[in-house]
Amino acid sequence: MRIELSVNGEPCEADVWEGESLLYALRERLGLPGSKNACEQGECGSCSVLLDGKLVCACLVLAAQAEGHEIVTVEGLAEDGRLHKVQEAFVAAGAVQCGFCTPGLVVATADLLARNVYPSDDDIREALSGNLCRCTGYAKIFDAVRMAAASL
Amino acid sequence: MSEATVPKLELGRVGESLPRVDGIPKVTGEFAYSSDLQAAGMLWGHTVRSPHAHARVGTIDISAAVGMPGVHAVLTHEDIPGEKRYGLEFQDQPVLAYERVRYFGEPVALVAAEHPEQARRAAERIRVEYEPLEPLVDPERATEAEPLHPDRPTMGHGYRDDPRPNIVRSLVIRQGDPAAEGDVAVSGVYEIGIQDQAFLGPESGLAVPDGEGGVDVYVATQWLHVDRDQVAPCLNLKPEQVRIHLAGVGGAFGGREDLSMQIHGALLALHTNRPVKIVYNREESFVGHIHRHPAKIWAEHRASRDGRLVNVRVRILLDGGAYASSSTAVTSNAASFAVGPYAVDNALIESTCVYTNNPPCGAMRGFGAVQVCFAHEAQMDKLAEALDIDPIELRLLNALGPGGSLPTGQTITGTLPVADVIRRAAALDVPEAEELPRDPMRLPGGSGNTTRGEGVRRGVGFAVGFKNIGYSEGFDDYTAARVQLHADGSATVHCAAAEVGQGVANVILQVARTELGVRDVALAPHTTATVDSAGSASASRMTWMVSGAVRDACRAALEEWDKKGRSLEVDVERIYRHPRTTPLDPETGQVTGERAHVAYACAAMRVVAEVDVELGLTRVVWIGTAQDVGHAVNPQAVQGQIEGGTAQGLGLALMEEIQTRDGLITNASFTDYLIPTTLDMPPVVSELIEEAEPDAPYGVKGVGEPPTVVSTPAVVAALRAATGRELSRVPVRPDDIVGL
Ligand code: FES
Ligand code: FES
Repeated sequence: MRIELSVNGEPCEADVWEGESLLYALRERLGLPGSKNACEQGECGSCSVLLDGKLVCACLVLAAQAEGHEIVTVEGLAEDGRLHKVQEAFVAAGAVQCGFCTPGLVVATADLLARNVYPSDDDIREALSGNLCRCTGYAKIFDAVRMAAASL
Repeated sequence: MSEATVPKLELGRVGESLPRVDGIPKVTGEFAYSSDLQAAGMLWGHTVRSPHAHARVGTIDISAAVGMPGVHAVLTHEDIPGEKRYGLEFQDQPVLAYERVRYFGEPVALVAAEHPEQARRAAERIRVEYEPLEPLVDPERATEAEPLHPDRPTMGHGYRDDPRPNIVRSLVIRQGDPAAEGDVAVSGVYEIGIQDQAFLGPESGLAVPDGEGGVDVYVATQWLHVDRDQVAPCLNLKPEQVRIHLAGVGGAFGGREDLSMQIHGALLALHTNRPVKIVYNREESFVGHIHRHPAKIWAEHRASRDGRLVNVRVRILLDGGAYASSSTAVTSNAASFAVGPYAVDNALIESTCVYTNNPPCGAMRGFGAVQVCFAHEAQMDKLAEALDIDPIELRLLNALGPGGSLPTGQTITGTLPVADVIRRAAALDVPEAEELPRDPMRLPGGSGNTTRGEGVRRGVGFAVGFKNIGYSEGFDDYTAARVQLHADGSATVHCAAAEVGQGVANVILQVARTELGVRDVALAPHTTATVDSAGSASASRMTWMVSGAVRDACRAALEEWDKKGRSLEVDVERIYRHPRTTPLDPETGQVTGERAHVAYACAAMRVVAEVDVELGLTRVVWIGTAQDVGHAVNPQAVQGQIEGGTAQGLGLALMEEIQTRDGLITNASFTDYLIPTTLDMPPVVSELIEEAEPDAPYGVKGVGEPPTVVSTPAVVAALRAATGRELSRVPVRPDDIVGL
C-alpha cells in the first residue's frame, strides 16, 4: 500500500507492506537510517522520533498509521547545516561512545527540553529512562543534557 | 553503497580530551552502522536456528522454501564449499549444523530473499528432522556425561592433559606449600550467573560478491583479520579473496570476537551473486553470540592473626557451553587472578571449564577476572570480619605491588599501584544519608516502592580488583599501522583496529598528530584490504598496541621523508609487538619465562547503596572509584570507559542474567533481560591514577575492563553491609535480600 506523510518537513510517499513499522519504512524505504533498531519492542528507545510533536517509538507505530502525519527524526534536528544544541552538547560532553543509542537519546532530549527548560536531575533521569545505553553508564549523557539546557 | 568514512579533522595530541572524531556523524544520524548498509540489488538473509539444546540432525527438507516468492537461495551444510567448522581458537563450531546441534539457537540453514519478511516466511517452511537428545545442562556433572565433542578439539594445544570427558581446559596453579595453615580461615561458595554483552547494535553486515569469485564483507566486528582467516577456509577461498571491512559498530564488549553473520552472508552472496544483508533482531542477538561464563567458585582463605594472607585455595568451575570460543584463555585468566591483587606465598588454584549444552560462552569485558573478583572480595570482607580488622586496612596490608609476584610466579615488573588506588578510593567523600520520607523516585525500587521508606537500610561497600592488559601465554600478538605522508603536508593513517565505541579512532589520530606534528591527519577506513592485522579490540589491549604501531610507523615515515629530501610521497607500514609472553607450565601453572601476562591494571571502588529489606528492592546511591590508567591518552574517554564499565558490573550485581530451562534461553529480550537504565545508575566519581607503564608507548594502559571487574563485588558488598546477608550469588535477587 502507498502512504503519504511528512518527514522532517518534506512531503514523502512510500510503498509499504501492511505489517511494516514506521521504523522500517523510515530506514529501508525513505532512506533515513538514523533512527536505530535495537529491539523492535518499545524497550530501548533507539528508534525515538516525534510524531506530530509527540515522542514515540517508531518501532511500535505501523507505517500505515503514520499516513497524513508529521514525523521528525534525528536527521531533521540540525537546521541549515547547524547542529541542534542537544547534538552539540552530546559531542562536547563525551556522551557518545558507540553511538547506537545516540539518535534516540538526542531526539528524546530535544523533546524533554522543549517541554521543560530547567529540568532537575530527577526530571532528566525520568525522561530518559526509556532510552537504553550500554556504553556510557549515562553520566556523560546527563552532563550533555544539562549542558544543552544551559545553552538553550 | 554507504561506507563509514571518517572525515579529516583537526585533532590534538596524546593526553588531551578531544571530542570523538566520529561524534558529529553519530549525533546527526549519518554514521553508517552495519545494519544501515544498502546496495543495489540487495537481498536479505535469514538464519534458521535450532529449537533444541541438544539433538541429532536428520534430513533437512528445503523443497517447500525454495520456490517461495522472492526467495533466491536456501542453503544448508551441504552447500559449504570449504571447511565445515570454524572457531576463534579451535575449529569446533559448525558453520551450519550437521549430525548434531549442541545449543539452543545453533544455525542450521540460511535463506536469502528480497524482503526480510519473505526470508522469514520461507525459513518457516524448512523441515528439519531432529531427534532430541538429553541436554547436558549441569556443569558439575559434565565430566560424567557422554562427550559432546568426542574429538576433543582443545587437546594437544599445550594444556594439561585432562582425560575426563567434556573438559575444555583445566589448569592448576600450585605455589609454595598448598597445605600451609594460618591462625584464621574463612571459606565460601560463590556463584555468578550468565551475563550478556547486550550491545545495542545487533549483529549485522553486508556481503558483496566481487564478480571474480571473491567477496567483501562489511561487518561490525572486533578483529577484522581473524574474521577473514576464519571465513576464507569455509568458502574455500584464499585470504585475499575475502576482504573484511569495518562497518559502524554498535558496541561490542567481547560479544563480537566470535563470528556471527560473516560466513553466512558471504555464502549467500556468492551463491546468489547479489549483495546480501543480514541483521539479527534482539531475540536472535541474545542466542546468536557467546556470553560471559557462569561460574561456581569455592574459596578458602587462611591468614595470620595480624591479617597477612598465608594460603589461598580456590576451585573455579566455568560453564563454557557448547563450543570452545575463547574459553581456554578465560580459564587461565580466572586462575591467574583468583587471589586478587594481593601477595600470598602459598596458593592452590584449580580452574576448569567444561562443555555443556548451555549457551556458548566466551569473551566479555573482564574476561575471567570478573567472576573471581566477586569471590575474592567477598572472602576479604569475611576475613576482615573474622579478624576484626577494618576491611580497607586488611586490603592495604596485603596489597600487591611492583616487585611482588602472582601465584603463577610472575614478578610484577611494570606499575601496579594497588595500595594507591585503595587509599584514593577510600578517601573519596561519601554523600550524607538522605532523609525520609522523600520522593518515591529516590527510594529503592523507585516509583514502584509504595512505602514511606520504613524498610530502607544503607550500606557502604568496597572492592579492589585487577586484570591483565593484552593477550597472554605466548600468543604472538602484534598491531600494524601504515602511514602515508602526502606532498601537500597532510597524512593518512591506515590501521585495522576496530572502533567499537571505545574511541580507538581518536587514539590513532592523537598519536599520529603527536608524532607528525601536522594538523591534517586523516584516518583511512578500517579494512583487511590495505594494511596488516591490528589484532583484536579486546583484553584492554588496543590503546597500548595501536599507540605503539602508529608511533613507530609515523617515526619511520618521517625518517623516510627526510631521506627523500622532504618532498616526495612516503608510504610505510610498521608492526609493533609488546614484550613477549610464554605459556604457563601445564602441570604446575607456573611461568615458564619472565612473564605469562604482559602487564596489569587495577582499580578500587566504593559504593553506597540503600536496600529496602522488606521489599527486597535496591538503589545504588553513589559510586566512587580510583583507577590505575597509566597515562590517559584522552581523559574524557577514559572516564567514559570507567562509567560505562561500572554500569555493566552494576548490572551483573543487580539484574543481568540469561535464564535457561533445559538449555533453552527463556528471556531473550530487553523486556526480560534487564540492563541498567538512567534510573539505576548513580553518579560515578572517578579518580585517574596516572603512573606511566614503563613497557608501554607513552606509558599508556588499557582502561576498559578494571571498572567492570570491581563494580560487581563493590555493589554487592554495599548490599551486604545494608542487609547483613551473605549474598553469595549474582545477580542478587529480591528474594535473596528478603531471605526467602
Ligand atoms: S527499537 Fe524501538 S524501542 Fe527499541
Ligand atoms: S553509546 Fe553505545 S549504546 Fe549508548
